[in-house]
This record gives sequence, C-alpha cells and structure tokens, in this order.
Amino acid sequence: MLKKRLIPCILVRDNLLVQSINFSKYLPIGKPKIAIEYFNRWDVDEIVVLDITPNKKDHENLIHLTEHISKIAFVPLTVGGGVKSTEDINKLLKAGADKVSINTNAVLNPEFITKASKVFGSQDIVISIDVKTDIDNNYEVYIFGGREKTGIDPFTWSKKIEKLGAGEILLNSIDRDGMKNGYDIQLIRSVVDSVNIPVIAIGGVGKISDIPLGITEGNADAVAAANIFQYLEHSTIQAKAAMKNAGINVRIGTKANYAQKLLHTL
Amino acid sequence: MSEKQIIAIIDYEMGNIGSIENAVKHLECKPLITRKVSDINRADKLILPGVGAFRQGFQNLKKFDLISVLEENVIKQGKPILGICLGMQLLSDEGFEDGISNGLGWIPGIVKRIPDKNFRVPHIGWNNILIKDESTLFNQLNKDLDLDFYFIHSYYFHCTDYHNVKASCEYGVEFAAIIQKNNIYGMQFHPEKSHRNGLIILYNFLYENNDNMLNNSHQVVDNILENAISDDRLHSC
Repeated sequence: MLKKRLIPCILVRDNLLVQSINFSKYLPIGKPKIAIEYFNRWDVDEIVVLDITPNKKDHENLIHLTEHISKIAFVPLTVGGGVKSTEDINKLLKAGADKVSINTNAVLNPEFITKASKVFGSQDIVISIDVKTDIDNNYEVYIFGGREKTGIDPFTWSKKIEKLGAGEILLNSIDRDGMKNGYDIQLIRSVVDSVNIPVIAIGGVGKISDIPLGITEGNADAVAAANIFQYLEHSTIQAKAAMKNAGINVRIGTKANYAQKLLHTL
Repeated sequence: MSEKQIIAIIDYEMGNIGSIENAVKHLECKPLITRKVSDINRADKLILPGVGAFRQGFQNLKKFDLISVLEENVIKQGKPILGICLGMQLLSDEGFEDGISNGLGWIPGIVKRIPDKNFRVPHIGWNNILIKDESTLFNQLNKDLDLDFYFIHSYYFHCTDYHNVKASCEYGVEFAAIIQKNNIYGMQFHPEKSHRNGLIILYNFLYENNDNMLNNSHQVVDNILENAISDDRLHSC
C-alpha cells in the first residue's frame, strides 16, 4: 500500500537556512547542509528545498546546494525557487533534483507547465501554490513570494494545472506560515477534492500533533513542514510516530528500533 | 580488495542519472556515464536508467545507435543489466506512452497507463513490494518490516510471463516491481532514492556473482548511511 509521506522543507534565503513567518519575516537559522544531514538519517520520505531569495540573478546557489544534497541524501529531492524555463529545470535535474517546483512562473505563463511536463514528464513537475484569505475569507492564489495577488482561487487553479500537466501540488497557506496554529484543513481538503494528482500540504505546523491532521482531516497525500524540524530534537522520528499512532500508513525504515521505541513512549 | 567493477550507466539523455552514479560510487564500484561502444564493451555490468516518456526513450536508444551494442553485450554475452524505471519498461515488447512504440523485446510484456479511476496518478511515493519468487536481489533485506521503495511513474510493465516477476506492487492494479530473466534485471522503483532498502538491493545487483560480498550487504549500506556527512561539518570539526 502506498504510504503517506513526511517531508521536511528547507527554506533558503541568501544561502542561509531561514524560518519564515507569514511570508514576510525571515529568521536566519544556519547552514542548510547540516539540516539535510540529519534528515537523511531520520527516516524522512523526501526533502523539499525552496530558494526564496528575492530577485536572484541565477540559480547557482540552488544548483550547488542540490548537487551537495543529492550526494548525501538517498531519498527523493524536490527543489524550486524562481524556476522560469526548461533550461532552469534541466540544470536542477542534472544537479540531482528528482522533481522541480514551479510557482510564480506557472501563473504568469501557464503554457510553461505543459511544455515542462512534455519535456521532463508530469511526474517531475510540482506546482507550488501559495494561498491567502481575503477580508471576506475567500481563498486567493498569491505569487512573487506572497507579495502579489492573482485574483485566482486555488480550486480553479488546481484543476487547471492538473489539465496542463502538473504531476503534484505543493499547497502552502500564507496565513498559517510560521503561525504554529496548525494546517488550514479546509483549504487542504478542498484542493485535494478538486484534483486527481497528489497534494503535499504545508504551512502552520506548530506541534508534532498537528502533522497527522493534514492527512486524517485534510486527506493530503503527504505532509510537509519547515520550522518545527529545525527546533525540535528528533522531530522527524516523532512526527512519524505521531502519524503511525493516528492510524496512518507510514514507512518505518532505517532506525526501526529507535522509531518503535518512540512509538511506545509517545 | 580486488579491482573495482566498472558499471556503465547508459547515457541516452533520459533523465537525472547523477544519483545513480553517486550510489554506485558509494557501493565501491566504478561508474561510467557513457554511450561509447568501447566503454559498454569493457564494463562488468550495465545500468539502463531513465525518466521520461517510453517512445522518446526508445527513439533515443536508436538515435545513439545503442541497440546493437546492448544486444551484443546483454543477449549474446550474457552481461548483467539493470533497467531502472523507464529503463525497465524499455525491456518490454511495446509501450503505449505518447503513442505506440516498440521496446527492446527482451522480457515479454507491454507497458500501459495505471488506471486512474480510484487512484491518483502519477503513483508517487513509498510503496511496499510483494516478493513472488526467489532472487539474489532480496539478500539481507529486512523482511520483518514492509519492503518500501520509492516509486514515481504513470505507466507500468504488464509482464505476460509471470515467471519473470520477482516482486510486484499494488496501486489500483498489481504490477511488476522487480523483474528478472537470467542476466536481465529491472526495477520499477528508484533504488538510488530508496534509502537503506534501495542501496541494499542495488548492492545485491552489483555483486550478484560474488557470495563473499553478498554476505556484507547490510553492513556496507549501514556504513554509507552513517558516514553521509556534509563537508561543512567536516570543516567545522
């Protein structure tokens, strides 16, 4: 049976690992490479790296980091941040990425999704969607790292990108980002119900017990989080344990004994 | 230790092969990303990787004139080959992705789309395989836990001779996860991305003819995973 995935997300800004709050404040944490090293040992199912440096000229930093991670992490790697062309995608895949995430440029140029999925296959193309609620509590898709609204609702957009050839959706809530009040379950569930491609939920995890809810309540195929994995010791193993205790079918792989010990004590 | 085995990773411009090269290097073999006849001829084993569409994949094999050299090495000389993902699918007779296309025709079967009635397609993520037959590939895997591997595909290999299916996987349909016919091996999942299980199974392929090495599969892989440390850390120690 296909397992539900646990995915730590690394946010990089100017080559530093950062914590993000509402897409507007960024706290530096440290070197991204060291965070990855722990994830590789701790039973994570996949790693997402997003370079959120604004107005960057090229992808050199991200390419370098991707090359490095793919040498030490034997799990799939999704990378993104400012991806504009098939040439960008090609470079990142060559550097060792398994999937590339596209956000702003998918909205600005939707044919790019089709072109990219034709060249590289749908399964390599992840569309990342950043969503914010307006004063009337309606959901809206934002681009340029949450700085610009698009007037598009995330459900219509999700259906459209599926038709255009997207292989997977990385769904983020700007309102919940860094707020530690849990996933936006309603948003996740509605996007999941709109499409027939896998959805990864991210945004809002403040405690380990928030993580399984993205799946048990939100029906997501994978749950991701960023900040919590930087601050909590053995957090990915605890997250797996919480998922398993919530009845979710997860991969218990590498440090099975250790994980199972935690399963009993939690 | 004896000289390192040369593993030719066939470069026919289908997808990211750096991760396979990296894994082979970690497993103490010498990887060569190549489409040169002389490299393929002198290699001890071959890997046919691949991400992308079936038809394009087969066209590229033709475009780079690889079919006859592969047949010479694999079919005539019996050199072991491992097809991964699209590389496994190309071992079939025929594929239906992006139009109809011939395959290499080495393992009987066809490649068709996963039915998406009740399942999300692509099939992305970790799924457990079900062992159907004995194979050296399963040496030292921890069978007390689910044997999970990382899959990412929309099409599957429907084998018409079940004797060639060594392990299957279920996702809407039951399909071939590992196939083997004599010296020809195929894996639908990505062993290079499947952490401990993936490295063990890849090691078992690389050393399938070496019983001494096969005794150490688990230990070698544990060492690799323990020692995968970032260069930043080494500098700061």
